[in-house]
Amino acid sequence: MNTQVEDNGVTVLIKVNEDRLDAHNSGELKTQMLTYFDEGKNNLVIDLNAVRFVDSSGLGSLVSGFKNASARNGNLKLCGLQPQVRSMFELTRLHRVFEIFPDADEALASFQ
Amino acid sequence: MPENFEIDIKVPNETRYLALIGKIGEDIARTIKRYNGDRSELAYQVNLVLTEAMTNAILHAPRGGRESRQIHINISIVNNNLHIKVYDQGKGFNMDTLPPPDFNGLKEGGRGVFIIQSIMDSVSCRKENGGHVIEMIKYLP
Repeated sequence: MNTQVEDNGVTVLIKVNEDRLDAHNSGELKTQMLTYFDEGKNNLVIDLNAVRFVDSSGLGSLVSGFKNASARNGNLKLCGLQPQVRSMFELTRLHRVFEIFPDADEALASFQ
Repeated sequence: MPENFEIDIKVPNETRYLALIGKIGEDIARTIKRYNGDRSELAYQVNLVLTEAMTNAILHAPRGGRESRQIHINISIVNNNLHIKVYDQGKGFNMDTLPPPDFNGLKEGGRGVFIIQSIMDSVSCRKENGGHVIEMIKYLP
């Protein structure tokens, strides 16, 4: 999975550079998030601006990350949701679970 | 005159084919002649239900011969209704016995069937030819 990562010492920003987050690649995102948790980095922002399509597996990987972050007293927040991806969160009521920001700057600022 | 169209595809039961089948579904949605709704929303929905049904078939695939390592997809437009069938040799799933997802809890899985049922107007599963088929229908305005 193609991602771009920035670590500012407080939060790790993972920009997903794929147009699909689905059953084929969502496992890789889960694994990548786990490596940060294992390093004690428990505050993540996932930037989905490039993602045009998310399925239930994609949602599941984000839920998994959220649960792991919370269990470690951290947080996982989302940004850059395209309209139809946002609709998926609303359909499954996950928009009430995640804090969702328009862009990475706002998401990162919320951790300060 | 109602549009009639059918496409029949077999692919290996591997997740790397989800994008291909999803794209085919999207393109079909975009080229339906008479459709009065939001085409890009329909395209996403067709991509999504194909992806969810295929993923389910892949997860429940049996070990076995060549036939069981394939997924068979049939997409047709009949009398301006969109029919999507996904055939697999696995154990399928009984739609009636599946619980709705837990909206308050945080389970990783269990949303796929709910998503299909929310989007499509009719969803049924049945046994066929030693395997199962899920048939999903969307009535097009």
